[in-house]
Amino acid sequence: MSDSSNPFAYRRAPSQDRREASHHPIVIAGAGPVGLVLALDLAKKGQRSVVLDKRTSLSDGSRAICWAKRTLEIMGRLGLADDLIAKGVTWKTGKVFHREAEVFAFDLLPEAGHQRPAFINLQQFYFEAACVAAAAKTDLIDLRWGHEMTGLDARPDGVRLTVTTPDGADDLTAGWLVATDGARSFVRQSLGLGFIGQTFDDQFLICDIKMKSARPTERWFWFDPPFNPGRSALLHRQADDVWRLDFQIGPDADRTEATKPENVAARVRAMLGPVDFTFEWISCYRFQCRRLEHFRHGRVVFAGDAAHQVSPFGARGGNSGVQDADNLGWKLDLVLRALAPEALIDSYAQERQQAADENILNSTRATDFIAPKGAGATRFRDAVLELAGTHPFARRLLNSGRLSLPATYDGSPLNTVDAFSPGAAPNVRPGAPAADAPDGIAPEGNAWLLPQLGDRFTVLAVAAPNAKLPTEFDSPPRSTNGGSINGVPVRWRTAHAPEALQRYGAVDGIAVYLIRPDQHIAARWRSFDGAEITHAIDRATARA
Amino acid sequence: MPLKTQPNLADPDAVYQLIVAAHHGLSADDSAALNARLVLLLANHIGDATVIQDAVRAATTSPPPPVRPSN
Ligand SMILES: Cc1cc2nc3c(=O)[nH]c(=O)nc-3n(C[C@H](O)[C@H](O)[C@H](O)COP(=O)(O)OP(=O)(O)OC[C@H]3O[C@@H](n4cnc5c(N)ncnc54)[C@H](O)[C@@H]3O)c2cc1C
Repeated sequence: MSDSSNPFAYRRAPSQDRREASHHPIVIAGAGPVGLVLALDLAKKGQRSVVLDKRTSLSDGSRAICWAKRTLEIMGRLGLADDLIAKGVTWKTGKVFHREAEVFAFDLLPEAGHQRPAFINLQQFYFEAACVAAAAKTDLIDLRWGHEMTGLDARPDGVRLTVTTPDGADDLTAGWLVATDGARSFVRQSLGLGFIGQTFDDQFLICDIKMKSARPTERWFWFDPPFNPGRSALLHRQADDVWRLDFQIGPDADRTEATKPENVAARVRAMLGPVDFTFEWISCYRFQCRRLEHFRHGRVVFAGDAAHQVSPFGARGGNSGVQDADNLGWKLDLVLRALAPEALIDSYAQERQQAADENILNSTRATDFIAPKGAGATRFRDAVLELAGTHPFARRLLNSGRLSLPATYDGSPLNTVDAFSPGAAPNVRPGAPAADAPDGIAPEGNAWLLPQLGDRFTVLAVAAPNAKLPTEFDSPPRSTNGGSINGVPVRWRTAHAPEALQRYGAVDGIAVYLIRPDQHIAARWRSFDGAEITHAIDRATARA
Repeated sequence: MPLKTQPNLADPDAVYQLIVAAHHGLSADDSAALNARLVLLLANHIGDATVIQDAVRAATTSPPPPVRPSN
């Protein structure tokens, strides 16, 4: 059955020849983008995982294309961002049209001094393929294609799984099961868990076409265009001269008719004129905005679409799933090393449930604007469109999707009370993701701040180049990778570039930040105090 | 600032007439569209979500008009 040239081919697992169930500290159920990113992150920390997927080929079809800056930063930490960016198309401008007129253009990264772009567009299967190739380079990831989870027995101290393969059943036990098995999650169904949220009636016809075009690499969104009257449409470039077209077709449209190639071709020509193109993919979707109430159930943890779903307007599905993995990886690592209690996994659930709420709120609002519910809502939506041409305020009300931004974990139990005065450098308050900046010192070709952070806790001092720093930060500051506080690995870093001083509120004096392994900020102070740092690390690992 | 519901217009009759005149001769649809634009313009001018929230509440909890018996 095995085909060594196909990385997705089914292979027999060694355990299938044993009678006893084999035990694994972590099993990841589902090798979509979220499960793969989690496995890579765990491997980077030295943790083994088994990743199961029922598929035996790369996923196809038109799903995620837009990967946000935060995702690229996370993929940068895992060493994959440069390849993804090289393969994808970079963009940051969105334009909104009403009928035939452009009413609004937005720039998603107006500020310079960031390593990663606002967005790239890249077909989801390329993103997954890059992860699969990286996973093959480490023996810490046991990726099993053609292994379908078909039975689950969840217990307080672990799970027992039945996996069905072409060679029959295989039993596994795991200390932790991470369910990244997508929107129709088997794990969710076997635990009998429902979603809270809503489903939208409107249908969207999505097609990817291949064509040569000199159109700019921008996101173009139309309300009520002549080629789709009364409804919306979206045009977006992807890698390989492939373009994503998305037509709102209404709740009552007949799917079979709508997706017939000749009918789709007529829509494409109405939109783009007499162009030469071939179809890559055609499908029809309805969208949901909903989540599980709890992302942790004992030793079962949910992430990605298995935990939450949003409409694609805002590109918050895959991007937020990758942030789930980013949040969970280091916590599982510390718990498995017995450096943190299981309560740290509860903080994953709390932080990412809060993030899911933010994503659901944003994508629900966008979907309600694009497909208003009822006459009154339609009236106001149309009023915004009419006013937007002449009145700047109304352009801010136009909502064709609020594009994915990382969540800030305000109120997280892992945060230490902010020692900055209220309102100071709010973008890097405790709970926020660390901001990138050029790196003033830049040894070894590392010209950016963010790659200096992450994977382990980092104490970052941001100060003018001549400021006096405590000896922990002494020369050469970059080589002090060793060191730990109460057993937790910690490194020390400094930043001096003007953008760093600005972004981290250190223009008028030193700022000290404690940054988590996922590059989110745990605590910050106006001066250096070793005892405070120790306390904040205890807090950020749920030990205090 | 709470929503002002005490008299606040120097010439209430003139303002009322101004609004009504804008609707003169409009179909029910066009009139509703005009109102939607007006609400959005005024909401932006007010710029205070709590005032707008109060106004929404005041408008939605206003007593309904008396129902005429249908005989
Ligand atoms: C039209 C469209 C456009 C989108 N655009 C964007 C976008 O631009 N940006 C963005 O960020 N997101 C976008 N999304 C959302 C994005 O595609 C999803 O959020 C993302 O795929 C979720 O990844 P995941 O790993 O959680 O789940 P999935 O990708 O669904 O992966 C789940 C995996 O689990 C496996 N599996 C399922 N059941 C079992 C089982 N019983 N045993 C073993 N394996 C199993 C499946 O085979 C699959 O490989 C879009 C979605 C759609 C539909």
